[in-house]
Amino acid sequence: MNQAAPAPRENQGDPVVRIDARLKVTGQAGYPADIVTANVAYGALATSSIARGKVSELHTKDANAVPGVLDIVTYGDLDKTDMPKFGNTGASSIGPLHDKTVFHDGQIIALVVAETFEAAEEAAMLVRADYEDERPSASFDSKGVKMEPAAGKSPMFKEDAKAGDFDAAWADATVKIDEKYSTPTQHHNPIELFSTTAIWQGDQLTIHEPSQNVTGWKVELARQLKLDPANVRIVSPYIGGAFGSKGPMTARTAIVAVAARRIGRPVRCVVNRMQAFGTQTYRAETRHRIRMGAGKDGRITAFGHEAWEVTSRPDPYVVGGTSATARMYDYGSVLTHVSLVHADRNTPGYMRSPPETPYVYALENAMDEMAVALGMDPVEFRRINEPEKEPIGGKPFSSRSLIKCYDQASEAFGWSKRDPRVGSMRDGDWLVGMGCATAIYPTAAAPCAARVRLTADGEVRVQCGSHEIGTGVRTIAGQMAAERLGVGMDKISVEMGDSALPPAPVSGGSISTASVCSAVMKACDAIREKLFAAAAGKGAPLAGSANAKLDLKDEEVVTETGKSAKLADVFKAMQVGAIEEYAEFAPKGSSPEALRKLYAGQSEFHGGENDEDSVKYAFGAEFVEVRINSYTREIRVPRMVGAFAAGRIMNTRTARSQLIGGMIWGIGQALHEATEIDQRHARYVNRDLQDYLVPVNADIKQVDVILVPEIDHQVNPAGVKGLGELGNVGTAAAVASAVYHATGKRIRDLPIRIDDLIG
Amino acid sequence: MRPFVYERPTSVSTAIAMASRPDAVHVPPTGADTQFIVGGTNLADYMKLGVARPERLLDLNTLAEPALRQIRIDDDKIRFGALVRMGEAADNNDVRRRCPVLADSLKFAASGQLRNMASLGGNVLQRTRCEYFREISWPCNKREPGSGCAAMEGSNRQHAVLGTSDACIATYHGDFAQALVALDATVDVEGPRGRRTLTFAKLHKRPGETPDIETDLAADELITAIEVPLAQWSSRSRYLKIRDRESYAFALASAAVALDMDGETVRSARIALGGVATVPWRAREAEDVLQGKVLDEATAQEAAEAAFADARPREHNAFKIPLGKRTLVRALLETRDMKG
Ligand SMILES: Cc1cc2nc3c(=O)[nH]c(=O)nc-3n(C[C@H](O)[C@H](O)[C@H](O)COP(=O)(O)OP(=O)(O)OC[C@H]3O[C@@H](n4cnc5c(N)ncnc54)[C@H](O)[C@@H]3O)c2cc1C
Ligand code: SF4
Repeated sequence: MNQAAPAPRENQGDPVVRIDARLKVTGQAGYPADIVTANVAYGALATSSIARGKVSELHTKDANAVPGVLDIVTYGDLDKTDMPKFGNTGASSIGPLHDKTVFHDGQIIALVVAETFEAAEEAAMLVRADYEDERPSASFDSKGVKMEPAAGKSPMFKEDAKAGDFDAAWADATVKIDEKYSTPTQHHNPIELFSTTAIWQGDQLTIHEPSQNVTGWKVELARQLKLDPANVRIVSPYIGGAFGSKGPMTARTAIVAVAARRIGRPVRCVVNRMQAFGTQTYRAETRHRIRMGAGKDGRITAFGHEAWEVTSRPDPYVVGGTSATARMYDYGSVLTHVSLVHADRNTPGYMRSPPETPYVYALENAMDEMAVALGMDPVEFRRINEPEKEPIGGKPFSSRSLIKCYDQASEAFGWSKRDPRVGSMRDGDWLVGMGCATAIYPTAAAPCAARVRLTADGEVRVQCGSHEIGTGVRTIAGQMAAERLGVGMDKISVEMGDSALPPAPVSGGSISTASVCSAVMKACDAIREKLFAAAAGKGAPLAGSANAKLDLKDEEVVTETGKSAKLADVFKAMQVGAIEEYAEFAPKGSSPEALRKLYAGQSEFHGGENDEDSVKYAFGAEFVEVRINSYTREIRVPRMVGAFAAGRIMNTRTARSQLIGGMIWGIGQALHEATEIDQRHARYVNRDLQDYLVPVNADIKQVDVILVPEIDHQVNPAGVKGLGELGNVGTAAAVASAVYHATGKRIRDLPIRIDDLIG
Repeated sequence: MRPFVYERPTSVSTAIAMASRPDAVHVPPTGADTQFIVGGTNLADYMKLGVARPERLLDLNTLAEPALRQIRIDDDKIRFGALVRMGEAADNNDVRRRCPVLADSLKFAASGQLRNMASLGGNVLQRTRCEYFREISWPCNKREPGSGCAAMEGSNRQHAVLGTSDACIATYHGDFAQALVALDATVDVEGPRGRRTLTFAKLHKRPGETPDIETDLAADELITAIEVPLAQWSSRSRYLKIRDRESYAFALASAAVALDMDGETVRSARIALGGVATVPWRAREAEDVLQGKVLDEATAQEAAEAAFADARPREHNAFKIPLGKRTLVRALLETRDMKG
C-alpha cells in the first residue's frame, strides 16, 4: 500500500489497479476521435459572432472555393430532421440550422466538410454571415432578461424547500447574518475535445463520440433523424474527461450525421477549444442571498436561501441546489426560493456536482460567517447543528457520518493548532489562514442492465453500456464480478461505452458505481446459483452440500467445511462451456415503467431526498490552509485534508483519486475558474486554456484524503454511495474561510483573486 | 489555417534575401506575406486562429551560423544567439550566477515544454494575448487598423495601465524583455540593407495611433543576437512575477530589478515593469527616486508611486496599479537583501 493506494479499512475494497491504466498511459486506449475509419472527411464548424438576432444572409462562396471542400451543411439542410429537445438527453432545444434565429454567441451557422482537417478549418473561417442583430442581454444585470420562478420548470426541481415559520424565527433570532454570494460561469474544458464521427452503412448509423449516455443518445438521435433506434449505435469506449459536459447530446451530432449521409462518406468533426464554449453546456452563473438566524447557544433557528441562475432564452435549465442546502443542518425553519433569469446565452448544463457546488459554496460561507458572528469554532458550530432528521421532510438519514469526517479530518489537519484570531498566523511575509467546510452529495441509483459470462476456464466478461469517464467504473465493475465469481482480476474483461451493450443509465449524478455494481452483482449471483445447484447436485463434485453455504474462491466452488470443486469440473458436470446471465437492476421505489424507460434511454433516478424511507447523502469535511503574500496578495494552497464517508468503498485507489481530483477542482473553483463575458455583446471572451485557468499538477502541493468507514444497507444492494462529485463540494468555501482567517476579508464572489485582496 | 509555403533557408543572408522586398521598411513584419518562424509557439498559434496569415514561412531553425545557437559569457557581457531556446538560457548556471534576473525572467515564463521549443528571438517578439486581438470577429486596431478597440470598454482585466493610447491598451506579456530593457541590452539586427544594433528599449513601439506597428523591425530584418552588458548591478538582480496561477500564467504584474548598492544606499537602480504596460517598460522615474537613497520600505514605496504616476486604468484593471506598486516594493526589498 502507498499513498495512492490507501489500505482498505472496514467495508472498503482493495485498491485494485485500473484495468485500463496501462492502455491509457501508453496511448493505446482508443478515444472516439482516434477510431480509424476509411475514407473519412473532416468537418469544421462556423459559428455566430453575435448573441441575438437573425442570420439575414450566409456567404459560403469563399469557403466553397477552398480546395478540398466537399460540402457545406447549413440552413435548410436539416429540414427533414426533427428539432433537438431540451432535457436529460438533449442539451438544448435550439436547433441551430433549423432556424436562422441566433440565440447565443457561438451558435452553429454551418458545418464545412472537406478532404482534410486544415481545409475544413480554413473554409469554416471563411464562412461569413450578415446579421440583423439586436442588443443582447448577457447576464443578471442586463436589460431585457426575463425572470421566473424555477420551481416546477424542471422535473428534477419540483418545488422550493420550506419548513417551519421562517419569518417568525428570523424576526426572533438573536444573531443574524444576511449576505450575498455569487459564482461565475464555468466551462468544463475537458482535455479531450468534443468530437463526432458519423459512419453510415446503408441505413445503419454509427456515431463515435465521447458520451456519458450512449443509450439515451441512441434514442434521441434516432428521433431527430427519424430512424429506428435499432439502426443507431453510439460508441464511446474511453472518455478523456467529461464532468457532465458529455452527458446531454448537443445539436452537432445530428448535423455531422446529416453531413455524412449527404456526401456518402464518414465525417469526423473535432470541435476546437474556442468553439466548445458556445456549442457545449457550462455551469450556470448563480447568485445567492442567505439569511441565517441563530441563538447565542449557536443553534440555528432560521435559514433562508434565495438564489438566481442564468439560463438561455428557450430552456429552463435549473441548478436548484437548495434541495441539498435546505437539508444540511438542523435549522429550525427553512425558506428557499430559486429564480431563473433567461438571457441571450447558450443553455447551461450539468457540471460536476451541478447543484451542490455553487449552492453549498454559499451555505458554507454563511456558516463560517455565522460561526464568526457567534464567536464559535466553525467545527463546533457544525457539531451543534447536526440534525437527527432532515429538516424538510422529517425523514431519517440512511446514514450520516459528517461529524466523524470532521473529527478525523481536523485531527489529521491539526485544526487545534489554529489561532482563531484573524491575521494572527504568519510565516515571514506570508499570512497563513485555515478554513473548513462541509461536502455533501445525494446518493442515487438508476435502473441498469448488465450481462456477465463465466467460462469453464474462469474467464469472465462483463458487458454494460455504462461509461468509463475516468472514474474507474470499468475496473470497479470488474472487481465486483471478480469478487462474486471468485476469479482474479487477470481473468476479467469489461466492455462499456457502446449502445449495443445492455443499457445503463447516464453516467451522471454519481450513480454509476451503485447502479452498475448492483446490476453486475445480480448477474453474477444468478451465475453463482446455477453453479452451486450443479456443484451440489446428485453425483456432482460437492453432492449434498447446501446451496446457501457455498461460495466461489480461486476458481473453485468451496463449502464452509473446506471441501472444494474446481470450476472446470463443475462445468464438466453441467456439460456447458460457459454460463451467461443478463440482469436488470431497478432501485427500490422504481416505477413499474422504470425498466422499460431504461431501454428508451431515460434514466429514472432514485435516492437523494426523494425516497420514502430515508434521505440518502454522502458527506465529507474539508480543511484547507492558504498562504497569502502580505505585499502582493497572491493566494497559494499548500495543503488540504478531506475526510469522506460514502458507504462501501469499492476500491480505495479509485475512490481516493476521485476525491483528490474533486478537491483540486475545488481549488480551481475557489481561485481560478471563470468564463468572462463581454457584457455589451453577451459573448465569451476567454475561450481558451491560456485565459481560462485551471490548476495543474505543479500548483498542487499536499492533498490528503481520509476514507471514513461507513456501512449503509439502505442505499442500494451494493451498499455504495457515489463519491465522484463529492470532493469538489465545499472546497471553495473552505478556501474562502481560510482567506478570511488570513486577511479579515470576506470574499463572497468567486473566484477569489488578487483583485479582491489588493485594494 | 490557410495554406502556406514553408521554406528552410540555410544562412542568415539567404533568409533575408528571401524575405527582402523593396517596401520592407514600411511593412511591419507581422503584416508581411513572408514571415520568419522558429519555435512557432506564438506564430503558429496565431496562424491557427486566423490572426496571422502569412503566405510563406521561413524556418530559421536551419540557419547554419553556430553563433545563432550560442550563449557567450564574457567578463563584461552576455551574448545570446537568437535561436537559443528559452529553456537553455534559463538553465544556464553561469547566466544565473552572473545575472539572476535574466535566468528568472525565463524560468518563470511559460512552461517547460514551451521553453524547450521557444527561441529568445521569438520570445522578445511575441505578440499580445489580448483576447479581442486573438479572436478575429472582434474589432481590433492592432489586427485591423481603424476597426476600433473592443477591449477599451470590454473585458480588460489583463490589459495595460502604462503606455496605453486611445487606440490600444494591449499588454506586452513577455518576461525576458523586462530584464533586457532594465539592463540596457542591445539587439543585433541583419537585413538586406545591412547590419545594425539597436538598444532593446528601441525595439518595441508604444501603440500610439498605430498599434499594428509593434517593433522597429522591417519586414525583411532578422534578429541575430541579444547582448546584455554586465556591471556592478548584474549579480544583485531579481525578477518577481505575480500571477493568478502559481505554476504558469502570464504576469498580472512583474518587476525586473537590478541594484548597485553602496552599503544601504543605492548607487544606481535598474527597474522594469511587466504585465502592466504596452511595451517592455523601463521605470526610470522610479530609478531616479532611489538614486543615492537608503533603500527601505518607505523609499521603495516612493519609487513605486513614481513608477505608476501616469498609470491609466480601465474598468477591470485598476487593481494592477496597487498590485504593480507592491510588486515593485517587494522586488526592491528582496533584491536589496540579496548578496551583492
Ligand atoms: C501557453 C503559453 C504560455 C506562455 N507563457 C509565457 C510567459 O509566461 N511569459 C513569456 O514571456 N512568454 C510566454 N509565452 C510566450 C512564449 O514565450 C513565446 O511564444 C515564445 O517565446 C516565442 O518564441 P518562438 O521561437 O516560438 O517564436 P515564433 O512563434 O516562432 O515567432 C514569434 C514571432 O517572432 C518572429 N521571429 C522569431 N524569431 C525571429 C528572429 N530571429 N528575427 C526576427 N523575427 C523573428 C516570428 O516571425 C514571429 O512573428 C507563452 C506562450 C504560450 C503558448
Ligand atoms: S487592446 Fe489593442 S489588441 Fe486589444 S482589441 Fe484593443 S486594439 Fe486590439
